[in-house]
Amino acid sequence: MLECVPEGKIEHTTGKINPAKTCQPIGAMYASLGIHGCLPHSHGSQGCCAYHRMHLTRHFRDQVLASSSSFTEGASVFGGASNLKTSIKNIFKIYNPDIIAIHTTCLSETIGDDVPNIIKQSEIPEGKVVIHTNTPSYVGSHITGFSNMCKSMVAYLAEAQGETKKEQVNVLPGFVNPGDMREIRRIVTALGIKLVMFPDTSGVLDAPLTSKYQMFPEGGATVAEIRDSGNSEVTLALGAFASNAAADLLQEKCGVTGIPLKLPIGLKATDDFIMALKDWFGVEIPKEIAIERGQVIDTLIDTHFHYQGKTVAVFGDPDHVIAMTEFAITMGMVPKYVLTGTPGKEFEATITKMLGDAGITGSKVKAEGDLFELHEWIREEKVDLMIGTTYGKYIARKEDIPLVRFGFPILDRAVHPLMPVVGYRGCLRLIEQISNALLERRDRDALDEDFELVL
Amino acid sequence: MDGMDTTLEDIYTQYPDTVKKNRKKHIVIKSETDEACPQIEANTRTIPGIISQRGCAYAGCKGVVVGPIKDMITITHGPVGCGYYSWGTRRNKARADATTPKDKIYSQLCFTTDMQEPDIVFGGDKKLAKMIDEIVSAFHPRAINICSTCPIGLIGDDIGAVAKAASERHGIQVLAYACEGYKGVSQSAGHHIANNNIMQNVVGTGTERKPGKHVINILGEYNIGGDGWEQERILQDCGYTVNSVLTGDASYVDIKNLHLADINLVQCHRSINYIAEMMETKYGIPWLKVNFIGIEATNQSLRQLAKCFNDPELEARTEEVIARETARIEPSLEQYRKICQGKKAFAFVGGSRSHHYQHLLKDLGMEVVVAGYEFAHRDDYEGRQVIPTIKSDADSKNIPELHLKPDETMYREAHQYLDLTKEQFEALKKEVPISYYEGMYPDMKSGEIMIDDCNHYELEELIKKLKPDLIFTGVRDKYIAEKMGIPAKQMHSYDYAGPYAGYNGAINFAHDVTNALSTPAWKLIVPPWEREEEPESEVQEGAPHA
Ligand code: SF4
Ligand code: SF4
Repeated sequence: MLECVPEGKIEHTTGKINPAKTCQPIGAMYASLGIHGCLPHSHGSQGCCAYHRMHLTRHFRDQVLASSSSFTEGASVFGGASNLKTSIKNIFKIYNPDIIAIHTTCLSETIGDDVPNIIKQSEIPEGKVVIHTNTPSYVGSHITGFSNMCKSMVAYLAEAQGETKKEQVNVLPGFVNPGDMREIRRIVTALGIKLVMFPDTSGVLDAPLTSKYQMFPEGGATVAEIRDSGNSEVTLALGAFASNAAADLLQEKCGVTGIPLKLPIGLKATDDFIMALKDWFGVEIPKEIAIERGQVIDTLIDTHFHYQGKTVAVFGDPDHVIAMTEFAITMGMVPKYVLTGTPGKEFEATITKMLGDAGITGSKVKAEGDLFELHEWIREEKVDLMIGTTYGKYIARKEDIPLVRFGFPILDRAVHPLMPVVGYRGCLRLIEQISNALLERRDRDALDEDFELVL
Repeated sequence: MDGMDTTLEDIYTQYPDTVKKNRKKHIVIKSETDEACPQIEANTRTIPGIISQRGCAYAGCKGVVVGPIKDMITITHGPVGCGYYSWGTRRNKARADATTPKDKIYSQLCFTTDMQEPDIVFGGDKKLAKMIDEIVSAFHPRAINICSTCPIGLIGDDIGAVAKAASERHGIQVLAYACEGYKGVSQSAGHHIANNNIMQNVVGTGTERKPGKHVINILGEYNIGGDGWEQERILQDCGYTVNSVLTGDASYVDIKNLHLADINLVQCHRSINYIAEMMETKYGIPWLKVNFIGIEATNQSLRQLAKCFNDPELEARTEEVIARETARIEPSLEQYRKICQGKKAFAFVGGSRSHHYQHLLKDLGMEVVVAGYEFAHRDDYEGRQVIPTIKSDADSKNIPELHLKPDETMYREAHQYLDLTKEQFEALKKEVPISYYEGMYPDMKSGEIMIDDCNHYELEELIKKLKPDLIFTGVRDKYIAEKMGIPAKQMHSYDYAGPYAGYNGAINFAHDVTNALSTPAWKLIVPPWEREEEPESEVQEGAPHA
C-alpha cells in the first residue's frame, strides 16, 4: 500500500494530491435534494451531473435523481441558454417536480451564462418554481456549493409577511446526513418548539423501501415551509461554513435573528444548541433529553481510559472537523493534526483557539490542505487514531492506524447515513466507535499473555 | 410484436413531441421478420433535461482507458471535482509483477491541479508545469498522463505544449489528452481520444516480446473485480502468453510492446476497437472479438482463438481446459440455476457489457428482455457492417481520426502473425469472425427490446410494464430499481465482488445473482399489519413484485 510514496520530505506546493474536498455543484445538488419535490438540475455537460449523482449515491446508498443541460461542444461555444430552456420545459413535462433547483458547473460558469435571465425567459408552469445558484468549481469546495444553494433558497423563496414573527425556529442543519437531520428534528420537537428545517434530506435519502415507488419521496422541506422561514423569530445556523450565509441573508431580507452555532456534534456543541433554543423560547428541558445527556456523561466517565490522552488526526469538512475536534478535546484526547480541504482562515483560527484554551501545544492545523500532506505529517510523527472520511483508509492501512469513519463521504461502510452523530445520542455513537476502534486495536496487538477477557 | 409496440407507445405519451420523435429512434424491438437489424440511433446528443446514465469524455478517457495504467501518474488538469470523483471509484485492480514493482504503482493516489479562480482567469499552464516538476522529482514515474476537464478547453491552456516541454525537461513521456467533458456526446469520445494518443505515442515504442509460443493481447478489459486475471489464468492454461491487458492492470512498459503480439483479442468493442483497428492498419495484426463472460461464450472464444493458430497441440489443450473447467463448475452452477431459471432481466451497461452478460444469463436460464447501452454506437447494436453507413455529425467530427499507414519496417500480413499460409488464413476467416463484431442484435429474441441511452423515465415505465425479475445497471439506477421492488446488480462495479469473467467468474456471478433474487427481505416488504393473507400463500422463489 502506497509504496510509491518515497521516504523523506517531499516538495508539494502546487495542486492537490489526494484532495480533502471536492467541487461546489455536488454540495448544491445535495442541498436541493432537501427540498420536497425538487429536481436538482446541473447546468453544464452531463459528466459532472453523472459524477455528482454517483458520488452521492455511493455515500447514501439511495437514489439520487438530477438532470443536466447536457452541453456538447456547441453549447460550450454559443452558451447554454437554449439547452437550459429546453431542459426546464422537458423536466416539468416529463418529471413534474414542484421545483427545479439549478446549479452551474465550472463549464457554464466559465462561459458566463446568465442563469437568472434564462430562467426569466423560460416557460414555467403555473404554481411551479425554478431557483438557481452559482457554483463555480474553482472557488471553495462542495461545502461552499451547499452553502450557496441554501442561500439561494432564502433569496428566491423566503418571505416575511409583515413585522410580526411566528413562534418558530428555523434550523439550517448544515451538510449532514439525513439521519442527523431527523435527529435534530426530534430534539427540537421534544423541546416543544415548532421548527422549519431546510434543507432536510430525511425522508428523501433515507426513504423507506415499500415497493411503492416515488420519484419524489415524502421527505424534504416544502416550498411553502421555506417561504415561511421569513416569518420565524430566529434561525439557528449550524456550522459556519455551510449555514451562516443563508442565515445572514434571512436576517437581512426578512429580519429573522440569526444565531451561528457549531454543528451539534459532541457534548458542548449539543449543549449550546439546546441552550440556544431554551434561551430564546424559554422552554423547559424535557426529562428525556436530560436523561440522554446524563447517559453521555456516565459513558464518558465509564470509558475515559480507553481514549484519554490518545493522539488523533481529525480531517474532513470544516464544520464537521471543528465540532469533532471540540468533542475530542472534551473526551481528553489530543487532536494532533486537524485538516480540512475547504479554504477558510476562520477554520484555522477556530481550531487554534480551541487547542490553546485546552492547553494543547504542538498540533498542526490546516485549511485548504490535502490528504497527502496529512500523510506526510503522520509519517513524521504517528497518531493513535484517525477520524475522518473513507479516503483516509489508505493512510490508515499504510501506517497501521485505526480509522473511525466520520463525515462525508463514507463509501465503504454501511448504515451510517441513517445513524445520527448529532445530539446526545450522536455522542454515544461516537464514543462507541472511538472506544471500540482503540479496543479492537489493543486486542489485535496484545501478546497472548496480555490478551484479556475484560477491557 | 404489436403488444410490445403499444407498450412503448404508452411510454412515449408523456414526452413532449420533440422528445418523443427523438427517443423513438433509439428503441428497436427485435422481430423475427426482419433479417437484419433495423437502424437504431446511437451516439447522438442526450436531450437536455433528461435524466440519463451517461457520463462525459473525461470519464471515458481518464476513468476508463488511461486511469488504470498502473505505472503512469495521471494528472487531472482542472478544478478539483473531476479528478476527485474518478479517484479509486472504478475497480481496476492492479498488482506488482515482473515489469512493475510495488513502488511504481500509483493507483491509490489522485493528482489534480485544483484550478482556482485566478488560474482560470490567467491560465493554468504554469501551474500544471510546476506540478509535473514536483511530481517527477518526488515520484520518478515512468510516464505521465495529463487529462483536461471542461474549463481548460475554454480558457485555452495548451496542455500539448506543457506536456512536450515537460517531456524534454525530464526525459520521460508526458502525454496530453484534450478530453474536456463537453467533447462528443458521452464517454465514447474520451475512449477515442485516449486510444488515439496511446496508439500514436506509446504502442510500438518497445522492443521486448514476452517469451512464449503464442503471445496475445486482451484489449478492452479493465480488470474490474479481477476479471482480467481470471482470463489470464485460463489463457495461460491453454498455452498462451498474455502480453498486456488493455488497460486493466496494464503497465506503460507492456503497452509499449503491444505490437509484438500475434493477435489482439477485443473484449469491450466500444472502448477499444479503435486501437485494434489501428494496429491492424499499422502493423497488420489481426483481431478477434471475444467474450469471456459466460461459460458457453468463454468456451467459444477459446475455441475460436485456438483455431487461429495452426497448432493442434494448442487446440487439444484448449479442449482439455474447457472440459476440466466446465466439469468443475457445472455441479454448483446447477444449484444456482434452480433459482435463476426462467427469470427475466434488463441490462443497461456501458457499451459492451449488456451484450456480454446476456451469454452468462443464458447459462443460468435467464433471459434479457430489455437491453441497452449508455454510449454505444450503431455498430455495437447492429454489427460492424453498418460502420460505412454511419453519418458523422458535428459532435463526432470534433474527435480527430488518425489516418495511419502500414509501418514500413514492422508491418506484416495477418497470416504471418498467425504462422498460417495465405490460403489457410482465408479458410480461417470463413470459420472465425476475424476483425468482425456482429453486435447485440443477433442474440436478442423476437419481441425483446434494444434501447439506446435509456433514461430514468423509460426505465421506470419499462419496469412497471414488463416487471423484470432483476436489473443489471450502474450505481445511479440500482437504488431506483430496488425502491421499485426489483433486485438490481451494479455491473460497473459488481457490487464490489468479482471476478465475473471466465469459469470462476460464472460461479461468483451465479452466486451473487441468486442472492440478489432470494435475499429474504424481499418477502418482508409488506409489513405484517398490511398483509391481507397469510404470507405463506404468496411465497415464491425470488422477488415478489409490488
Ligand atoms: S470540477 Fe467542474 S467539470 Fe469537474 S465535476 Fe466539478 S463541476 Fe464538473
Ligand atoms: S463495457 Fe462499457 S463501461 Fe465497460 S469499458 Fe466498455 S464501454 Fe466502458
